[in-house]
Amino acid sequence: MSDIDTAQAPIPAASQRRHFVRSVLTNPTGLVASLALLIVIASALFAPLLAPNDPSAVQIFKVNAVAGDGYLLGGDGSGRDIWSRLVHGGRNTFLGALITVVIAASIGVTAGLFAGFYGRKLDLVARWIADGIMALPALIVLLAFYQALGASIYLSMAVFGVMLSPGFFRLTRNLVNGVKHELYIDAARVSGLSDLRIITRHILLSVRAPMVIQTSIVAGIAIVVQSGLEFLGLGDPSTPTWGGMLQDAFSNIYVSPQAILWPGLAITATVASLVLLANAIRDRMQQGGAQVRAPKALPLAVSEPLPQAAPDLLLDVRDLVVAYPANDGWREVVKGVSLSLRRGEVLGLVGESGSGKSQTAFAILGLLSPGGRVLSGSILFDGIDLGKSSEDEVRALRGKRIAYVPQEPMANLDPAFRIGFQLVEPMMTVLGISRAEATRRALKLLARVKLPDPERVFRAYPHEISGGMAQRVLIAGAVACSPDLLIADEPTTALDVTVQAEVLDLLRDLQKEFNMAVMLVTHNFGVVADSCDRVAVMKDGRIVEINAVADLFAAPAHDYTRMLLDSVLEDGETRTYRPPVTEGMRA
Amino acid sequence: MIRYLLKRVTSGIALLCLVSTVTFMMVFGATGNVARNILGENATADQVTALNSRLGLDRPLMVQFGDWVSHAVRGDLGPSWTMSESVASALASRLPVTLSMVTIAVAMMALLSAMLGIAAAVRGGWADRAIQVVSVAGFAMPNFWLGLLLVLTFSVKLGLLPATGYVSFSASPSAWAASLVLPVTSLVLSGIASASQQIRGAVIDALKQDYVRTLRARGVSPRSVLYRHALRNAMPAALTVLSVQFIALLGGAAVIERVFAIPGMGSLTVSAALIGDVPVLMGVVVTLIIVVVLVNILIDFLNAWANPKVRMS
Repeated sequence: MSDIDTAQAPIPAASQRRHFVRSVLTNPTGLVASLALLIVIASALFAPLLAPNDPSAVQIFKVNAVAGDGYLLGGDGSGRDIWSRLVHGGRNTFLGALITVVIAASIGVTAGLFAGFYGRKLDLVARWIADGIMALPALIVLLAFYQALGASIYLSMAVFGVMLSPGFFRLTRNLVNGVKHELYIDAARVSGLSDLRIITRHILLSVRAPMVIQTSIVAGIAIVVQSGLEFLGLGDPSTPTWGGMLQDAFSNIYVSPQAILWPGLAITATVASLVLLANAIRDRMQQGGAQVRAPKALPLAVSEPLPQAAPDLLLDVRDLVVAYPANDGWREVVKGVSLSLRRGEVLGLVGESGSGKSQTAFAILGLLSPGGRVLSGSILFDGIDLGKSSEDEVRALRGKRIAYVPQEPMANLDPAFRIGFQLVEPMMTVLGISRAEATRRALKLLARVKLPDPERVFRAYPHEISGGMAQRVLIAGAVACSPDLLIADEPTTALDVTVQAEVLDLLRDLQKEFNMAVMLVTHNFGVVADSCDRVAVMKDGRIVEINAVADLFAAPAHDYTRMLLDSVLEDGETRTYRPPVTEGMRA
Repeated sequence: MIRYLLKRVTSGIALLCLVSTVTFMMVFGATGNVARNILGENATADQVTALNSRLGLDRPLMVQFGDWVSHAVRGDLGPSWTMSESVASALASRLPVTLSMVTIAVAMMALLSAMLGIAAAVRGGWADRAIQVVSVAGFAMPNFWLGLLLVLTFSVKLGLLPATGYVSFSASPSAWAASLVLPVTSLVLSGIASASQQIRGAVIDALKQDYVRTLRARGVSPRSVLYRHALRNAMPAALTVLSVQFIALLGGAAVIERVFAIPGMGSLTVSAALIGDVPVLMGVVVTLIIVVVLVNILIDFLNAWANPKVRMS
């Protein structure tokens, strides 16, 4: 069904293309940069009209002359008109940059398309060559080749184009690798298009915008390097060039210091416009995916005065609203959740992906993703209003009294540190104990979570153990400081079915041993039936039903709960499918 | 780990061989005018022929190459055609000058970029804006023009620092430092421009990882989360930037040495290129490739320290 749609997707209509150009130009940076670039290019093109004097004509009495008397910006060390040389110098600069860009792009894009599309050996060889070229100091190579290339700067710029081709190569290759398994490419293959047609028509079009960015960056580099070569005295001395003018100004720096300003300003302004134009295009491309700034007009987080919490409640969450900034204000992911936990009680928080259950858990931990905020409502932990506490006060509770077991065990261990250190460090910080004492306790914990050979695991790096072992390590870390409340966010979802049961057993044993309250976030009613005292069902950021497990299973009050329960019974096996995570947020 | 490094060393040697061969063919293949360049416009045809034969340029290119390689592997890069010393001894006196300047520049760049990049990643605000400005300015301003402006301001107008000239460290450490202030400053700006942006991105990426939330949930201090955990994980990206910038600075040093009259590899290369002292150019290219390969291996070691997965493979 969607194959037909997506097959057309990457080829924007002409009107969309115009829209893209217009939106880059309506961005102030993009507009100013484009205008500046246009002015510099136009003045180079029409140099003979703009230059009052022959750029090579020498007037002996105007050597290092100040501005005025027919020489708009004064005279250079040989008595030539700086202004005329400046506008003429643009021609040689742009031609050089053009040569570099054309050569770099044609070599890099061609190699990148083929390496990306056909892969394997071709890709390996091309990547080695690209890495090799990038390892060379370009300016030194160009200097070394100077005698062989002759006095023409354009040949040097052509060689420089070869040296800059790896940038285009890498970009194209990565982009092709990204799109070549898209459905529309498969569709094109199935419909019998030749590889060449697919490459040129489909892939080339989808990599176009990043190419424009790369082109302006390479043009900028080329202009800077060309001026550097000319400054060093390479190239044809009879042609007016910006780099050559700087060389002349340098030799007269004590006599006529202002002369070094103009060519440098010309180079800087030209290259800066290229970079800013590239930035404007990049910003335009990233719109939508970019981080949105928090809307300022909305109220700050507030927690209304509340009646005193019941003394036996460990956790009392009331009317919690969590939101993330969106283009049009705040997008609420949790919309007024109230729930509570007694000491030693296990509460299941059930719902489909996107129902706001993980965000509720993160809000209690005070660890919402960047940008996220508690807009209203209150979270009382053992009588402490977390909403009114400072970050430091909440941090003092984390680890010590409130602990967390995450969903993806492998992603939740720092890959750069040994497992032992990741257990020892928090204990030293939270409990203020010595390293030796923390190590002793960590080894005991690893044994307690039934890891075979705790000492080996203690010394291992995360990539050396399995997902099930990693989850045991994370559970060990969570209970290390005997917390009162454990928040487990889908602790078994990422594990194999056989391991799931063992991990749940372990959590249940530890819960009894430490008499912890546990908030078990899950989408799995089987887990709820096994482990929980009460269960809250969430949908679209709201709790639709909250009840004792037995009662809820016997008589679900809400249609949604009934539907969830039915789907479990029909499928027999509970679902372990997880939809793709979007925008770095899980709910 | 050993195998990984062995692979990198082999790859480096292959690169060295390939680049030396191509460079040799380019520079020795185009020595038609060299004798006349050296002798000057007034030399007779006989004098040119005699010099060509004395330099061995009348032999077939492959014979010259074989000869060069057989000496080069023993560390003998031949005599310079225009200076009264051997290429090896010219390089030996120039390389430390350039390397010390570039090393200081890379260290300064790494420090400033890390500070700016981390501040921008964590706080945004002024540091973010500073990075935006620096990234455009550093990219758009040729380093030698910045050098000229610095000379104009601090030497010509204010007279605070020496405009040109290099004092060796052994002669006077303070004069040595003073002579490097302006060249290093002109070199680092463009490096900071790209490095600070990349470090900012790497730190932001690292802080977004799931394990950061878990560490915070365990009560690990924010300082340790940022400087110990996030920074260690951002290290590979930062090291890649350093290796790219080191190569860029080696090239950039050529022009900067010219501006500040520093007797390093760069000024040696420029004068050899202009007059056509081919053995010197060969020597410069070979030496710098070796330096680049060694620096990359050093960076691989640092990478292995920061990233245990690399260490184990």
